Amino acid sequence: MKRLLSVVLTGAMAVSLAACGSSGSGSAASTTAAASGEKTETAAAAASSDATWKFGSQGPLTGGAAVYGTAVVNGTKVAVDEINAAGGINGYQIEFQSADDEHDQEKAINAYNSLKDWGMQVLIGPTTSAPTIAVGSEAVNDNLFMITPSGSAVDCTKPANAFRVCFSDPAQGAKSAQYIGEHKLATKVAILYDSSDVYSSGIYESFVAEAANQGIEVVDTEQFTADSKTDFSTQLQKMQASGAELAFLPFYYTEAALVLKQADSMGFKPVFFGVDGMDGILDLDNFDTSLAEGLMLLTPFSADADDDATKNFVAKYKEAYGSTPIQFAADAYDAVYIVKAAAEAANLTPDKSVDEIGTALEEQMKSLKYDGITGAEMTWDDNGDVDKEPKAVVIKDGAYVSAE
Amino acid sequence: MNKVNAEKQKITRSNLITFGMVIIAYVIVEIMLKTGNISSLFKGLLVPLCIYSILAVSLNLVVGISGELSLGHAGFMCVGAFTSATWSMLMSGSAMPAGLRFFIAIVIGAVSAAFFGFIIGIPVLRLKGDYLAIVTLAFGEIIKNLVNALYFGIDARGAHFSLEDSMHLNMEGGDIIIKGAQGITGTPKNSNFTIGVVLLIVALFIVLNLINSRTGRAIMAIRDNRIAAESVGLNVTKFKLLAFTISAAIAGVGGVLYAHNLSSLQALPKNFGYNQSIMILVFVVMGGIGNIRGSVVAAVVLTVLPELLRGLSDYRMLIYAIVLILMMLFTSAPSWIQYRERILMSFKKNKTERKEKD
Repeated sequence: MKRLLSVVLTGAMAVSLAACGSSGSGSAASTTAAASGEKTETAAAAASSDATWKFGSQGPLTGGAAVYGTAVVNGTKVAVDEINAAGGINGYQIEFQSADDEHDQEKAINAYNSLKDWGMQVLIGPTTSAPTIAVGSEAVNDNLFMITPSGSAVDCTKPANAFRVCFSDPAQGAKSAQYIGEHKLATKVAILYDSSDVYSSGIYESFVAEAANQGIEVVDTEQFTADSKTDFSTQLQKMQASGAELAFLPFYYTEAALVLKQADSMGFKPVFFGVDGMDGILDLDNFDTSLAEGLMLLTPFSADADDDATKNFVAKYKEAYGSTPIQFAADAYDAVYIVKAAAEAANLTPDKSVDEIGTALEEQMKSLKYDGITGAEMTWDDNGDVDKEPKAVVIKDGAYVSAE
Repeated sequence: MNKVNAEKQKITRSNLITFGMVIIAYVIVEIMLKTGNISSLFKGLLVPLCIYSILAVSLNLVVGISGELSLGHAGFMCVGAFTSATWSMLMSGSAMPAGLRFFIAIVIGAVSAAFFGFIIGIPVLRLKGDYLAIVTLAFGEIIKNLVNALYFGIDARGAHFSLEDSMHLNMEGGDIIIKGAQGITGTPKNSNFTIGVVLLIVALFIVLNLINSRTGRAIMAIRDNRIAAESVGLNVTKFKLLAFTISAAIAGVGGVLYAHNLSSLQALPKNFGYNQSIMILVFVVMGGIGNIRGSVVAAVVLTVLPELLRGLSDYRMLIYAIVLILMMLFTSAPSWIQYRERILMSFKKNKTERKEKD
């Protein structure tokens, strides 16, 4: 009898799951709206009689890269809530839905298609490079306007409908080399990079190409891969032996924390120079921030900046999600406002078709000038790449300080 | 003699059901496509469904028929994907029609994966059971890491290779085709549902015919009792290698479809790592080891399931795992099988009782 009961119970559970699955897209939309706070809910209710904007966002919400996808989705939500509370875009509220792409090209297409079924008009995403390239080649057929907050590979903006908020990988590598050259930080540079990572190897190549023009000598190049990113002692020893004055570390902060620790224990103390992936190192659990003392990084965003826009965003983000936003969240936040600015300039309304909205927004992006929290006076070239000045920050006494 | 004939008829019927299932599914989907009654999500899933079905069929040949546990199937898929995508990129500027180019791409993918299967198979198939599993697992990872480090470009002077970075290619203009970790971008999108189904049917045809041939019986004899098979004069290495190579070739075709379905091809742990190999193994185990039709059904169900669960947002993967466990129990646990049979029996009983009443 007991067994029979358990069978019946599991059966009931399976049925209820199936029911959830079939009504999924509808219920998820309402829960995101509900989660976005009470005041927006009332605002949304007031305007719900009319058409609404449908913004989608996608990124890895599960798996190893989930930090970035979650940051993008959360950053987008903060911006959407803010805009809704202030009356929406051209008087229309925004509905928002996110989808998980697991940092996989194929799943990214699935995520994009499911958002399309929901009725998405503008895509704030995808988060990571490979999915952005894959989704871009699909979205161009629908002419659906997409702006990726953080897809940094060159090919991400190849389709006419794709734009980005962050720097492309080559731009970051070249800007880093220029910064080091112009400020005469070092002439002998050693590089350590993740050869299995698109982001890291992309920056590395453009850095080396630009270094020659800046009179920088690359004395040593060391690599690691995603499978061997815990012990860097061999690479660091070689870098130390090469007599480098500056170590360029174009990869993410999780590995950088280990590199800094191991370099410290062997007494290797050059100037460490990172890129935007280094942002977040101070918030890492169990990381001794004194190790990062003097670490320089080029980043478009720092959560400790004291302008009002950044303060406002950081405060709202902390209130909603209880953590300091990383650059990905800030990029996503800016992306929503960029779409808003372009849509307002084109006087768009959400009752137009995806294709019409796409064409109008693409036209506006060419002439748009936008001041955001990840850079002032952003403009976009014909490729859809952003032009903005990176800020160099240096870590002093456990905090980011502008290097200038 | 009659018994043999009856057995043959049974096999033919079973094979026809398998082909019929695929063709009926194809016709239904085509009708839905023509009438527009299909969501974009499902439309996007059609080619992946074919890819994973092909891979499941291919692995079932090794795991089910040949009885060897291989955990490196994503590696063969990776070989097929990268060789064929390189070919398509090389030829994309030429006047070759897209259909012919893609056909040659499929052949190249299959042949290169078969070649790797053969090379790997020679030393590896001397091992048995767990040892073989570990070595094939390592092979898959080697392929993935090799591709991640490989740079390949072509210019007026010919082809350039490097395992360092793109600067070491010493290119004079020309195009860099494989950019290490950045992989290949801009592969033409030649895969479609019709080609996928045709290739699936071809794969099924090859595997099902192999199983029911003299060769297939030899392979199964080796699986069931190696010593007995050897003692009647079967060449164990030859037959094992044959099954392994054919399986690798079919997996390579799956890779070709994969590469020509997405515009960016990178060897990530997610698509060509051991996770993928395990996923393919799950299709096979779930569908029934040695049951080709079952593995196609399992591949379809398990590929569609996480997409159907999208509505559950954050709980999606959790629930997917629970459903997977329940399905595995339902199809394979002995007590569940008993229950199923008992329920079936009671249905039959009810029917006969009703008939008696009428």
